[in-house]
Amino acid sequence: MSSVDPKDTFRAEANDLLEQLEKDLLDLSASPDSGSLIDGVFRALHTIKGSGAMFGFTVIADFVHAFETAFDRVRKGEAKVTPELVNLALRARDNICALIDGGDDAASAGILSELDRIVSGGTAAGAGASTWTVRFKLAGDAVANGANPVLLLDEIRAIGPTRITAITDDVPALADLDPEALHLAWEAEIEHIDPTEAIEDVFLFLRDDMELSIVRRDPVGESDADAPKAADSGPAAGVGQDGVAPAIRVSAERLDELMDRVGELVTAQARLSQLANIFKDPSLSALAEDFERLTSGMRETTMEIRMVPIGTIFGRFRRLVHDLSCELGKDIALDMDGEDTELDKTVIERLADPMVHLIRNACDHGLETTAQRLTAGKGGQGTIRLQAACSGTEVRVIISDDGAGLDVARIRARAIEAGIIPADREMSEEEVHQLIFEPGFSTAREVTALSGRGVGMDVVKRTIEALHGHITVSSRPAEGTRICLHLPLTLAIIDGILVRVGDGKFTIPLTAVEECVELDDNIAETERGRSFLNIRGTLVPYIRLRQLFGTRAPADPYPKVVIISSGENRVGLVVDQILGNSQTVIKQLSRLHARAGAFSGATVLGDGAVALILDPSALVSRGKVEAGEADRKRPAELAA
Amino acid sequence: MTYLILRLHDETFAIDAEVVRSIVERIPVTDVPGAPLAASGLINVRGRIVPLADLRVIFDLPRPEPDENTRFVVLEIDVAGEQIAIAIIADKVVGVGEFEAADMLPPPNSGMRWPTEYVRGVFVREDDFIIIPSLEAIFNAIESAGSFIEKERVLP
Repeated sequence: MSSVDPKDTFRAEANDLLEQLEKDLLDLSASPDSGSLIDGVFRALHTIKGSGAMFGFTVIADFVHAFETAFDRVRKGEAKVTPELVNLALRARDNICALIDGGDDAASAGILSELDRIVSGGTAAGAGASTWTVRFKLAGDAVANGANPVLLLDEIRAIGPTRITAITDDVPALADLDPEALHLAWEAEIEHIDPTEAIEDVFLFLRDDMELSIVRRDPVGESDADAPKAADSGPAAGVGQDGVAPAIRVSAERLDELMDRVGELVTAQARLSQLANIFKDPSLSALAEDFERLTSGMRETTMEIRMVPIGTIFGRFRRLVHDLSCELGKDIALDMDGEDTELDKTVIERLADPMVHLIRNACDHGLETTAQRLTAGKGGQGTIRLQAACSGTEVRVIISDDGAGLDVARIRARAIEAGIIPADREMSEEEVHQLIFEPGFSTAREVTALSGRGVGMDVVKRTIEALHGHITVSSRPAEGTRICLHLPLTLAIIDGILVRVGDGKFTIPLTAVEECVELDDNIAETERGRSFLNIRGTLVPYIRLRQLFGTRAPADPYPKVVIISSGENRVGLVVDQILGNSQTVIKQLSRLHARAGAFSGATVLGDGAVALILDPSALVSRGKVEAGEADRKRPAELAA
Repeated sequence: MTYLILRLHDETFAIDAEVVRSIVERIPVTDVPGAPLAASGLINVRGRIVPLADLRVIFDLPRPEPDENTRFVVLEIDVAGEQIAIAIIADKVVGVGEFEAADMLPPPNSGMRWPTEYVRGVFVREDDFIIIPSLEAIFNAIESAGSFIEKERVLP
């Protein structure tokens, strides 16, 4: 159709490379000596530079060129990878992103000069800092006597850029292991002018009973030689590149188009099957069956193409946690599991923002400061864990932290103060946990720049519900909080109940349906003339869809009610007939109908007719309004 | 320029052929409760769900029951900055006609029974008026009309 702008191609390619660059840089901060990571960074920069220049993005090419030159010194071993360098390189990466998006290059010069300072600082090590090797082994009974090696290591890290390795040579075989004795020794490489005094200070009270050596290494030469070796033996990131199956890039638009075509095919196939049923010709029936098998296979494959591993967004959370860790001054580790769990691409895209919010909350409010953690007897480093796993037809994405846990008393107090619950309401712990998703709720004693101002958790909940999912929270004091997002495998297909209202057919998402009952058996009138359903003793408001939709076709004598829920609330939908279960391919409504109010999409039924998909959350909030209005005027519908 | 000529009741309309994607015979229409009356239905055009608009509502023309001449004309229109497919009902598709853009007359200020903001201009052919509707204006008005579920379903 329309020709592709080559600049868009460059942007798409550069974005991929920048993502890879970010990943490599973050990996590099964990294993600063990995030669293959450094090469990866260098390669990504080189490609961006080359194609940038080719497509006329000279500003970008110039900046990347300078970035690349600086990194070349790292690759040649003339400069070392330090946390400072990684942070700066990440900022440089962000600058490239901004430049690609059309931003100005005001920040470029500053970043480059700083980059230059750092990498040339490395070569000038002889004049300033140099690398020192500190080896120490505490007495076997040191831990039993109250020393905490973790704290000692933290103090050493505070002296300067440090890399610590444990020496396990003296650990005996399991059978001979005395669990109360300390068998480990440590070796730390510190960059410093002269750390001797600082290190002696660290071991002030243990000095008498321990082995300690502090040796200055030759500035560059020696480390140059063994760095690549370490990289070869380590679990280098380059492995992934060879293990990945070859892939091609397809625009999302074409995928949607393919999905539409398959939808047409399914409809055509249904008509063919109908014809085969009428003619009862064996060869036609056999053909129709073949056709049915092929179409359903094709539909499944097409669905699968839309599935994307969740790891594609997990990657950017590493950066988020890295940045948060710096900003908040907390030591935070990110643990990820199940990155290859697949979800529909639309779900993944819409999941990114809520997850960013949840991770920020966990880092900001969930995890305590390092000092608080140490006082509480935990390790100084907090952990955020992201897990994704498939379970039946749903995917669970779990965001957990090992922080202080939700403070039930404070949440309760805050909810009462904000007028969310009455002061005398009795609530279980789980119910209190759910309050954090109420609009206008925020317990953070100080509003921080990161976590915003009480907007957020309710938006997170709404977004997840819009994806036909739900959220559960569990939390233990002093152990942490765990937030679980339950999501449907795909947005493209949902299970639904097909109902009829007058002449129209409608689908209700099965995840929202609680039960189906007869209308007449369950109406309960309250003393004020309000009309509710009595569902095993609970009053549930209901909506007559015939009235809501202005249906003129004659009503069925025995209306049915489908009880649906959204969040805490329920509403009964009165329909003429329940037609049965259906699996439906969801199509978005056009802009002209997006605001009709009661629908979240539409679907093509087997016979080619179109059915609208009811939106449970819109109808439930409507039910709440209607129950309130009934107070003021007795609705005519009750008389009818 | 090439136009698709169609009849709505007793009026003749011309639609820029550039925006016409296909013409389909009468197929079942799904009513969307709460949608503006001028775009109250959905049709399934070869597996694609397309909103169905009725320009007769906009131009206040009688709306006879569909018959064997009724066609749905699928268009692609820019609505609020997004290209979307919209079908319109035609009581009859007359054919294709060539008109010079220079011959287009501005909509007469008086004597018209329809809102002038929805008419881009008219062509005069023999003693017939051919109306060129301003499709963007019409559909953007419908789009911003919002929900009619509470209100009466009237013109946008």
